[in-house]
Amino acid sequence: MQQQRSTLLMITALFLGLLVFSFLTTDDLGSFGITILSGLFQGMLLFLVASGLSIIFGLMDILNFAQGGFFMVGAYITFAVFHGETFAQLDPNLRFPLAILIATAAGGILGIILERGLLRPLYARPIFQLVLTFGVAIVIGEAIKAIWGTVAYSWSPLTSFGIHQASFSLFDQQFGLYRLFVIGVGLLLIVLIALLLQRTRIGIIIRAGVEDSEMVEALGINVRAVFTQVFMLGCAVATFGGAIAAPFLGASLGMGNAFLLAAISVVVLGGLGSYAGTAVGSLLVGLAIAVVAKFASRPEINQTVWSSITPMILLVLVLLARPSGLFGKER
Amino acid sequence: MSDNILEVRGIHTFIGQFHILEGVNVSVPRSSITVLLGRNGAGKTTTLRSVLGLTPPRQGEVLFDGQAVNGKRPYTIAQMGIGYVPEHRAIFRDLSVRENLEIAERQKGDLERHIDFIFELFPDLKRLIHLSGGNLSGGQQQMLSIARALVPENRLLLIDEPSEGLAPVIIEQLMEAIRKLAAQTTVLLVEQNFIMASRLADQYTIIDDGQAVASGKMRDLVQDEALVQRYLGVA
Repeated sequence: MQQQRSTLLMITALFLGLLVFSFLTTDDLGSFGITILSGLFQGMLLFLVASGLSIIFGLMDILNFAQGGFFMVGAYITFAVFHGETFAQLDPNLRFPLAILIATAAGGILGIILERGLLRPLYARPIFQLVLTFGVAIVIGEAIKAIWGTVAYSWSPLTSFGIHQASFSLFDQQFGLYRLFVIGVGLLLIVLIALLLQRTRIGIIIRAGVEDSEMVEALGINVRAVFTQVFMLGCAVATFGGAIAAPFLGASLGMGNAFLLAAISVVVLGGLGSYAGTAVGSLLVGLAIAVVAKFASRPEINQTVWSSITPMILLVLVLLARPSGLFGKER
Repeated sequence: MSDNILEVRGIHTFIGQFHILEGVNVSVPRSSITVLLGRNGAGKTTTLRSVLGLTPPRQGEVLFDGQAVNGKRPYTIAQMGIGYVPEHRAIFRDLSVRENLEIAERQKGDLERHIDFIFELFPDLKRLIHLSGGNLSGGQQQMLSIARALVPENRLLLIDEPSEGLAPVIIEQLMEAIRKLAAQTTVLLVEQNFIMASRLADQYTIIDDGQAVASGKMRDLVQDEALVQRYLGVA
């Protein structure tokens, strides 16, 4: 009980600290509001990569280094389907959700192939699994180069769709409606996955498996089938993340690693295997990145460097106070 | 149909490179309580784990109700009708008591069908049903662990060291519960507490250094002080 209270206090202090810092270092309410919304947007994208990473690690003890690659695959497939000739006749407002659907399904199928074909024979060898997922991440990058080349694609305003073009004003500052849409979708997914884990039989099995997968098997449950489903879900969610990020971030070879590193800090900061920790950690890291990016937008500071090291700084700070992460248990 | 629900024939089990079981034989008659006795590290727990395929034997045969279970995955063996109550309970600490029971369902409605019997055996669980497993005392966790094995229709229960670390009053409650559930199913028990074992069991097998060195009726073992002294160190 005392641990829960101190965790809550720590989370509140971190969020309040970031909000106060942002408020004091921005010039007006509009910039402050936009910074917070940008933080939520970043946090939601991070959550989409980190949630799969966390659930897969919690249940299967596999740190899936290919998770960033799946995010990247999502972005590329969505870009290709939306801009390709196959569905060119379709209304852009329908073509975009279709592209997301195709990308997410492809991510799920690739996840099944990876788990059943490559990881399953290595369940008794955790180090080999780690190396394998690292290798798969490299293969995904090379496959993307072979298919789409090394050019970074950005979403042209000429080939846009309704929600992507729209924006709204907040204290005289413009904010893209699409980013608000991503925040909404992210929040919806947080709730849906939480409901899946708390209210369904498969959710109970996953939560039990995170604690003791051998005992779950001894109860008569095919844990390996659950592993496959969870791996598929984790990969599909990361691919979905890349897909909905594509209109804003485009598709480029570096995006996978950038999100993977931040997502790993989210998972460790939140507590390995903890879903609540991943959700809170994503919002915290996303907000921190946005606040630091805004502060570092002054000419005398290197914004890129500070934005990319922010997750690690936050991670170190949290681990100094709580070595197992915010919601973590000693493993 | 054989009189024995479980036949373990000459199994050899390794943990890593260590040869733990060296040809263990155990027979478990139907509707009985059979206890595996032996000193620490003799191979009792490994025998239970080998039956369920959690530590699969490399040689020998395990027959459950006449069917060979060798090479099958643990979940398949459990689905044949074997319940497992492991050493140190292994309840799911983050799940509520109800969820700990629900997860053991093999068919929809298993829990509802057996909940009255479970609460009759362990009335405490009824008021703790919404509490998380991690908040239960050691005795309550042991009750939950046994109750979990009673949710589906199991024809054999493997119970490992149920009295370990518990107060005498709780051990008495557990003994009473195991006696009642043995009226409905067969129990293979691992127990270091010889007094508890002798009061509960009908049959025994003594395992020493990875081999079954003696077996028979419990009432005969109680009379054989030399055997008890030699293998169990109990006067």
